[in-house]
Amino acid sequence: VNKQGQTRLSQYYNNLSIEEKTILEGELIRKCLSRVDYQCSFLQFREYKIIYRRYASLYLIVGVINQDVNEFAILEMIHNIIEILDKYYENVCELDIMFNIDRTHFIINEIICNGEIIDMNKTNVLKPILLMDKFSVKT
Amino acid sequence: MPAVSKGDGMRGLAVFISDIRNCERAAGGHWRRGGGGIAGITGTHHHTWLIFVFLVDTGFHHVGQAGLELLTSNDLPALASQSAGIIGVSHCTQDSMDSVKQSAALCLLRLYKASPDLVPMGEWTARVVHLLNDQHMGVVTAAVSLITCLCKKNPDDFKTCISLAVSRLSRIVSSASTDLQDYTYYFVPAPWLSVKLLRLLQCYPPPEDAAVKGRLVECLETVLNKAQEPPKSKKVQHSNAKNAILFETISLIIHYDSEPNLLVRACNQLGQFLQHRETNLRYLALESMCTLASSEFSHEAVKTHIDTVINALKTERDVSVRQRAADLLYAMCDRSNAKQIVSEMLRYLETADYAIREEIVLKVAILAEKYAVDYSWYVDTILNLIRIAGDYVSEEVWYRVLQIVTNRDDVQGYAAKTVFEALQAPACHENMVKVGGYILGEFGNLIAGDPRSSPPVQFSLLHSKFHLCSVATRALLLSTYIKFINLFPETKATIQAVLRAGSQLRNADVELQQRAVEYLTLSSVASTDVLATVLEEMPPFPERESSILAKLKRKKGPGAGSALDDGRRDPSSNDINGGVEPTPSTVSTPSPSADLLGLRAAPPPAAPPASAGAGNLLVDVFDGPAAQPSLGPTPEEAFLSELEPPAPESPMALLADPAPAADPGPEDIGPPIPEADELLNKFVCKNNGVLFENQLLQIGVKSEFRQNLGRMYLFYGNKTSVQFQNFSPTVVHPGDLQTHILSGPLAVQTKRVAAQVDGGAQVQQVLNIECLRDFLTPPLLSVRFRYGGAPQALTLKLPVTINKFFQPTEMAAQDFFQRWKQLSLPQQEAQKIFKANHPMDAEVTKAKLLGFGSALLDNVDPNPENFVGAGIIQTKALQVGCLLRLEPNAQAQMYRLTLRTSKEPVSRHLCELLAQQF
Repeated sequence: VNKQGQTRLSQYYNNLSIEEKTILEGELIRKCLSRVDYQCSFLQFREYKIIYRRYASLYLIVGVINQDVNEFAILEMIHNIIEILDKYYENVCELDIMFNIDRTHFIINEIICNGEIIDMNKTNVLKPILLMDKFSVKT
Repeated sequence: MPAVSKGDGMRGLAVFISDIRNCERAAGGHWRRGGGGIAGITGTHHHTWLIFVFLVDTGFHHVGQAGLELLTSNDLPALASQSAGIIGVSHCTQDSMDSVKQSAALCLLRLYKASPDLVPMGEWTARVVHLLNDQHMGVVTAAVSLITCLCKKNPDDFKTCISLAVSRLSRIVSSASTDLQDYTYYFVPAPWLSVKLLRLLQCYPPPEDAAVKGRLVECLETVLNKAQEPPKSKKVQHSNAKNAILFETISLIIHYDSEPNLLVRACNQLGQFLQHRETNLRYLALESMCTLASSEFSHEAVKTHIDTVINALKTERDVSVRQRAADLLYAMCDRSNAKQIVSEMLRYLETADYAIREEIVLKVAILAEKYAVDYSWYVDTILNLIRIAGDYVSEEVWYRVLQIVTNRDDVQGYAAKTVFEALQAPACHENMVKVGGYILGEFGNLIAGDPRSSPPVQFSLLHSKFHLCSVATRALLLSTYIKFINLFPETKATIQAVLRAGSQLRNADVELQQRAVEYLTLSSVASTDVLATVLEEMPPFPERESSILAKLKRKKGPGAGSALDDGRRDPSSNDINGGVEPTPSTVSTPSPSADLLGLRAAPPPAAPPASAGAGNLLVDVFDGPAAQPSLGPTPEEAFLSELEPPAPESPMALLADPAPAADPGPEDIGPPIPEADELLNKFVCKNNGVLFENQLLQIGVKSEFRQNLGRMYLFYGNKTSVQFQNFSPTVVHPGDLQTHILSGPLAVQTKRVAAQVDGGAQVQQVLNIECLRDFLTPPLLSVRFRYGGAPQALTLKLPVTINKFFQPTEMAAQDFFQRWKQLSLPQQEAQKIFKANHPMDAEVTKAKLLGFGSALLDNVDPNPENFVGAGIIQTKALQVGCLLRLEPNAQAQMYRLTLRTSKEPVSRHLCELLAQQF
């Protein structure tokens, strides 16, 4: 989500209808954008625990239903995702995510599957997509 | 992208599979999407799983996952997914590629979450557990996720994982930061895996094996030690990752709750964090401390940080951190520090954010009550509370004060005095007026000796607030006035003048008007003795669980339960109080009271009492165990209305609730309650809903019918807080009482239900119904139980009518008319012309007819306004064909309904049933 409140990328690991998703995102974004720097990165929203992190103009927001989840682990997972994206795009920015949304989804899918962390190893995560890139350059 | 046929059906699939086989060795990327797409196109589940099997086989694990998601997203043959599960298992455990193992584990997890039954437990569990020893960290991560989920259901099967997890953990924790290479994140070795392992260990009690335990404790100590070491990097990521492990460790320590040493260390560590620069850290430290406070070992240790926490409450800039601090104060409060904490919280309340004020008010009220040593302090606290944050003091809170004051002789005088003083403030909150009105009315005589608070002064003080208050408060004040007449005869003239004033006697509000009229007459008609009896001091309230606690829990909403709730108290036991609010009547199946509470938690807190009408003004104060319908705010009210028959809208009318108070003999079934027919009619066109509801019991129905068979689920919800005993619902068919149930037209099999229904609980009963032949009267459901010693019985008509066994039939116009003519004997037809009871709406009518069970036939009747339907009633003995025609006449608001069936009584019965629906 960028600072203007536009959603750039979202993934869900539970079933919500499209309207529900829009409402949820809207409320969530308003909540997160209204927070200031000195406030902590965790908040309770409906039944979700929200953990967010801000990178320049981008907010990365993760919501978890499970009540006893480790906030710091999620917080660092966000950072790790960003680092992996950074490694792949070389200086990742909002435009990278916007214009290569398929790849970004792909990378996130390598990291998280059905809401479970698969792998946090940067080389492992990027291996398939690099392979795919190589293949598409050849053809 | 290889040329994959998008053709449909089996051929497309065959082509697809052969394509895959041909291209098997081609390198991967494009295949992944191709596979997913095709799976979507063919859409047939069998095909999907074939694809899945194949692709998992070849290692294209992404498509495997996509395929599996397709599989699990639909309702599919169990066989298919079972095979998928088995294959997943085999891959998980065989020696295959790491990535395959990893994906297989995650697939299995997904499958398990979608439908736990599909994953059979077996000897493979041991092999899954051994994945924890795998070389590849990704595999271990996936395996831990899987095991954590599985072991929640089958803790015994996975017990072996404890020692493996511990050894794995100790290897990670003690490894140098360079050992794990890519898995080291900012000098912290594999933080996510460690967190997951710690979480897995939280599923089990502390290990019994001494060696394993020793190793684990060593690990935990290492983690705690590491927190003390100087950071290896200044980056926030490093400390975050480290703290992630630390917090998980602490929650494991709290979970074990058996190592006083570790608990205290953890507490001290958190204490350090309380003053940390990082807001996140402070927030989480406060949160974990809340859980720590509930452990008896660390409670004292937590208490040493009280000053820091109070300081946090005062100076913290972030509202959510402040809220956590307030939570923690609540959690660490006990008898020794209650006064300090309560006064701090009161002080904080003045500046608190509006959003959390109500919660704080509730917490203060609970703490004050729980730890009150002398009740005058308690009364002071609550009155302060009302003064500071009157708007946020909910009914429950001030009801509770009244209860306590009434029950304690020693504080009554003090309370009256304090209230009187509080009321002298030029502007005081309405809640204060309410409390004041009540207390002075009851105990005003105790302070009347003092000339500063002589009866006339008391009265004029209260009356000066009268005009500023809402209807509910005014009603309460009127009751106070009549009590004054009893307590202080010298005020009688003044008060009668007030009551006689036009603004009271002709008040637009019925409640006020009624009270004014009744009280006025009472005061002039009744002798002093009668007055004294009627207006005697309220008897002490029965001691029971505080309703405030329930309210606090309700506020927290579902899922938000934090460590604050001690778990000692049953969250749903206060349903009677909840009953004040209107229960949503449209719920299709009655949900257990916990759900209802959840629903009520959703709207903004505490509807203003006035909107609920004066009726429930004091419901909470007055409802005793008998759940009497306390309509008037005082018992005198009921008495009065008997004395005064011409009073408008006597509240007695509602006392005559047809609740089944009679106690019939042990074996006979009482006649159905008067509304039974009406209740039954509601269910003619629908299968689910609330069948019956009174103050004690709610009965919900969910049913489905196919051909001549039906299954019905009855849900009995206990709405009270008291257990029902000897609870026995039985189904009988009228007229067949003596004969065996099977010989009736309906065979009903019931499953027995438990004889006890706990307060707030719900039990389910399944009825299997078979229709043997056509019938006219529905079976009766007789529910019997003992509530608080008093036997209760209730007979309802079970919503099973002949039309439930309707099988819709589609036919063309020609066929319809042919059959219509065949059934032309006069006794085969039943016709009824009746006035519409509901607005005439074509769509609604259509829905009703469909719900009734018949098929709707379009283009049969020449007049498009008319409805034509056809169906067959299925019974075991015979089938009854049935044609119907409904002709609405919008001008006259009338309907003509014609039914033709092959059996005369059926025609008439159906016609009657259906006619009541429009």
